[in-house]
Amino acid sequence: MTPFPYKNDLFRIILIILLFIGNSAPSFAADNNEDESFDVSGVIIHHVLDDHIWHFWDGHYGTLYLPVIVYSAERGFDVFSSSNFYDENHNLIPYNGYKLEHNHIYLGDTQVLDFSITKNVVMLFITAFILILVFRAVAKGARKNAGKAPKGIQSFMEPIILFVTEEVIKPNAGPKANKYVPYLLTLFFFILFGNLLGLLPGAANLTGNIAVTMTLAAFTFLITNFSGNKAYWSHIFWTPGVPLPLRPILLMVEVIGIFTKPIALLIRLFAAIAAGHIVLLSIMSLTFIFHSWAVGFGSSILVVFISLIELLVAGIQAYVFTLFSSLYIGLATAEHEHH
Amino acid sequence: MDLLTPGVGLIFWQAVVFLILVFALSKMAWKPILNSLKQREETIQGSLDEANKARQQMASMQADSEALLKEAREERDKILRDAREAGNRLHDQAQADAKKNADKILEDAKAVIQTEKNAALRDVKEQVAIFSLEVAEKLMKKNLSDDKAQKDLTNRFVEELKLN
Repeated sequence: MTPFPYKNDLFRIILIILLFIGNSAPSFAADNNEDESFDVSGVIIHHVLDDHIWHFWDGHYGTLYLPVIVYSAERGFDVFSSSNFYDENHNLIPYNGYKLEHNHIYLGDTQVLDFSITKNVVMLFITAFILILVFRAVAKGARKNAGKAPKGIQSFMEPIILFVTEEVIKPNAGPKANKYVPYLLTLFFFILFGNLLGLLPGAANLTGNIAVTMTLAAFTFLITNFSGNKAYWSHIFWTPGVPLPLRPILLMVEVIGIFTKPIALLIRLFAAIAAGHIVLLSIMSLTFIFHSWAVGFGSSILVVFISLIELLVAGIQAYVFTLFSSLYIGLATAEHEHH
Repeated sequence: MDLLTPGVGLIFWQAVVFLILVFALSKMAWKPILNSLKQREETIQGSLDEANKARQQMASMQADSEALLKEAREERDKILRDAREAGNRLHDQAQADAKKNADKILEDAKAVIQTEKNAALRDVKEQVAIFSLEVAEKLMKKNLSDDKAQKDLTNRFVEELKLN
């Protein structure tokens, strides 16, 4: 794996300049040679992946050990703390026949079903809690200020809710759009809050995890196909207005299309958020690779700007996921007039 | 490769939490918020419509009041004109009446004066006649108390008569 992916030419030029400065300027950290073999890709991948512990900083109190919940055919459900897998020196040890290897838990040689409250699951709970907290406050404001101008968090969130319902969902989600508004609004704000919270230092990479985006895409997939009307299915299985010999070919294309739509959704969100985290961490890691204050200064400035871009991406990805989910639902429920 | 293999546990938790979120938020948040937004939209639309209607009403009322004012002005002018005419007419008539009355009074007065004058004259004449007679009687009585006098008188009269 390449240590840091280049985004574009400008980025490359800036990096080259930084490298040049880094070599010519006196290197203050040069004496500190003890972690010369700094494992950049290891650190980055470790951050982007899920974990059974939540590591904030080194030291005794810096790690939060999360509960492990596993299921195996032989032993049934088993619940214990993930601290059992670590000794005093933070080395992995087997516990009660269970082994933790690369974040997978094995019983003997077989992998068990892992329902642990992992770092991302805690992050998921936090996101859900904040969502409920925020929108309960908005609803309370709406009830309290009925017939009056909105106030506080209510006046901040209402325009966003209005924008998503009126500009994203209703024009695209077809004639029965109202039915899908609660799902799509929840989807939008879950992704938005997940993306934004994921940018916080120490936070888990929830919406950049493929399991999360896959689940969300699966919901859209299920809703789309369960609400698909006759016109939708007839277009897939026996496309009207097309010469007969072409119809079987189109059938295949359309059937593949049913699955490519949600797959595109899940990969887009996952890739955008995970890539954002990887880029940010790569640039931050430059400081530790070069042991240079100058590089540290340069990469800090770059990180600030890319963080700003990530804020934008957080909004755009929530918007795009909701937009395409609305579109797919709209296509499945639209009344087609045959020409 | 771990990056691309979804974990079963996370899928499970994500599905559970997301479903709970959809139900909780649609009951707790989306329904009241969207209702209040819709209500506000309707209120604003209603207020705008009402303002528009009020403006139209005002305009029509203004036109009405202007027409009324014009009518009132015309009526006032007409009344004034009529009043002036009536006044003039009354004035003229009063003047004519007064003149007639005065004339009549004057005439009556003249007639009365004439009658009174005549009566007075008659009275005076009578009185004078009476006085004359009395004087004549007295004179006669005095002057004709002797025969000579009577003769003188008769002679004078005769002379006078002759003279005449």
